[in-house]
Amino acid sequence: MNPLIPLFVALPLAGAFLIMILGRFIKDFNKYFASLILLILFIFSIYSLITTGSKLSLYKVGGWEPVNGIPIGIYMVMDGFTVIVLCIINIVGFLSVFYSISYIKRFTAENYYYALFCLMVAGMNGVVLSGDLFNIFVFLEISVIGAYALVAFGVEKNELEATFKYQVLGGIASFIILFGIGLIYWKTKTLNIADIKAAMSSGYEKSYYLFVQILILSGFGLKAAIIPFHAWLPDAHSSAPSPISAMLSGVLIKAVGIYVIIRLFFNMFAITEGMSILITTLGALSMVIGVFLAIGQWDIKRLLAYHSISQMGYVVLSAGIGMILISRGEKPEVAALAIAGGVFHLINHAAFKGLLFLNAGAIEYSIGTRDLHEMGGLSKFMPATSATSFIASMSISGIPPFNGFFSKLIIIIAAIMARFYFLALLAVIVSIITLASFLKFQRYAFYNKTDTTNKRKIKEVPFPMVFSMVIMSILCVLLSLLVIPGIRESVLTPAIDILMDPSKYSSIITGN
Amino acid sequence: MTVIVKKTTQLIAGMVFMYGIYVIIHGHLTPGGGFAGGVILAGSFILLILAFGSDFVKLMKEETGSTLYENLAILIVLLLALSGLLLGTRIFFMNWMPKGTLGQLVSAGMLPLYNIFVGIEVAASILTIFLALVIFKEEMKE
Amino acid sequence: MIAYWMCFILFLVGLYGAITRRNLIKIAISLSIMEFSTFLFFAMIGYIDEGVAPIVDPADPVKVYVDPLPQALVLTAIVIGLATTAMLMAVIIRIYRKYGTFDIREIKNLRG
Repeated sequence: MNPLIPLFVALPLAGAFLIMILGRFIKDFNKYFASLILLILFIFSIYSLITTGSKLSLYKVGGWEPVNGIPIGIYMVMDGFTVIVLCIINIVGFLSVFYSISYIKRFTAENYYYALFCLMVAGMNGVVLSGDLFNIFVFLEISVIGAYALVAFGVEKNELEATFKYQVLGGIASFIILFGIGLIYWKTKTLNIADIKAAMSSGYEKSYYLFVQILILSGFGLKAAIIPFHAWLPDAHSSAPSPISAMLSGVLIKAVGIYVIIRLFFNMFAITEGMSILITTLGALSMVIGVFLAIGQWDIKRLLAYHSISQMGYVVLSAGIGMILISRGEKPEVAALAIAGGVFHLINHAAFKGLLFLNAGAIEYSIGTRDLHEMGGLSKFMPATSATSFIASMSISGIPPFNGFFSKLIIIIAAIMARFYFLALLAVIVSIITLASFLKFQRYAFYNKTDTTNKRKIKEVPFPMVFSMVIMSILCVLLSLLVIPGIRESVLTPAIDILMDPSKYSSIITGN
Repeated sequence: MTVIVKKTTQLIAGMVFMYGIYVIIHGHLTPGGGFAGGVILAGSFILLILAFGSDFVKLMKEETGSTLYENLAILIVLLLALSGLLLGTRIFFMNWMPKGTLGQLVSAGMLPLYNIFVGIEVAASILTIFLALVIFKEEMKE
Repeated sequence: MIAYWMCFILFLVGLYGAITRRNLIKIAISLSIMEFSTFLFFAMIGYIDEGVAPIVDPADPVKVYVDPLPQALVLTAIVIGLATTAMLMAVIIRIYRKYGTFDIREIKNLRG
């Protein structure tokens, strides 16, 4: 049993509470300790990525062995798909904490910020590592309570209203999820994901499980901000402080939303055609509506938040195409290609959307406004910010040779090979409109010459912020190397295998 | 508050405290345990604050104390859970102390220890929540 | 069977209240109603016919007990619900200080 698995959850939890105690006495302890903990987690996750490969590590908490072949106790599972999302969480987390060393100086309660940040990372690590349903719910609540408090960090009117909307909608989602978990437990009398799959394949009542699937899709869809559940996202992501926006939009909606939907629908429920058509429709609607709502925005962070909805639509669309093909039982290699495109786009979106939010924070730090009408000509005064922002904008619009191009290309090719020509056309149109929106952002923020910019002294942002942005832009360029067959075999293919073949997941866990 | 409330609180608060400690310690024999006992324990402190009132400075000092206890208690819980990982059997959260006989007070390995520290933590955190809301209301009046 | 349907109707009552009420405190109370109906549902699931409370008696160890797992789940979920409600209350108090009203139709600073 791999002893590294519980450390992913225990280490940030211990760090959060240590920061609360020792942060009062030792000056500046909180920032360096939080960065140190996230650096250690970053190294652990890269090590796990290299050593996991296609095997599945299982950790039985408390050493409770199965009785009569039934798994009792809490299981923590690390396989190919989990380790990719773990890497995303810890890398973006480390860069955000490093960025916030100089950004958070304007607030006074720095202790609480770093403690809540570590708590949020601990919760997210727990969600992706857990092997049974109720643990997902508990860690989801831990991370989301940290997120509610962090959105309202600078307590002004806008932030309080945003966090109130987020809390009410998030609370409704949590209780819908809990009700769904209760309905599953009633019929199968077990909570382990692999064991539920075994129990479901024996006796299957269609209408009951359809109701449960709709409840679970609604609950986790509210957390992942798919249309029609997107109402909290623009307010919450634009009112939070910038490193928290990067964490929320870059990691949280993926780790507690999209990851759980993909895991439960591929590995636990038996895929039916009706649900897969519903998921594909929701993905396509998210893509289109998100980008049309984003064009008319003049506030930079609201613009980026609406684009998050659109890009998450791409991931859900590709997962839906994979599910339709699996449920019809034809062309498994096209289904594998579609899911590979979706997972690759998940990784890319964390990189470039995190970088875009950090850039927006840097602009706000030096000028003090978020409105595009009042900016202009920043590329002369802030060279690092404008260069990294250019790289990120080209990535999100899908321009070669950056990473967004490859993932969108894989999704469009999979859609064409599965003969969904209309969806491929929609994906191309949405990509072109995204390019238009980001060209507007670049022009008004960096390259427009107005006379107000010469009256103020604008200089480059301090070193920790520049460091984070540069590292993330290097990641944006390096991630396009994941298409090369050598690297793809070791990183993406294990994730696709474990999703496409649910019997492998359940046989290793219940056989142990 | 009137004299009746104050006198009743003086008589009752000690008994509520003892009842909370009883529920925590017998957590592995009877229903209850860490959470429920911790809430009862916090209830006795809140009863005292509600009946007698306090001025602002004393409440602030109380709040720093309860936050410190809360963080310390949960760090000790985490340390106990990690002790299975470090000593001996290399499994997180394992119950490695001797189990004893069924139905005795000192039995079931590490469960009474977990119950005690979780009880202290829950009591301190509910007291902190209450004090935070009261202090904010005091600040709002000024 | 009718008891399970009543739990679901209580859940829907809470959902209706969270969507249509205007006062902030009433929205918080409706969320609490939703969560309590879920806890009732969980606790009712574990019942086995002619079972007793799951406390092991050293004199008579073999009996039919009810399922203790949903009871543990409900305990954990109650504590989580407490934390969520406390967080919501703190935010409501701060909103009252900034906006001066409890009416949700007045709190419309963010648009678009």
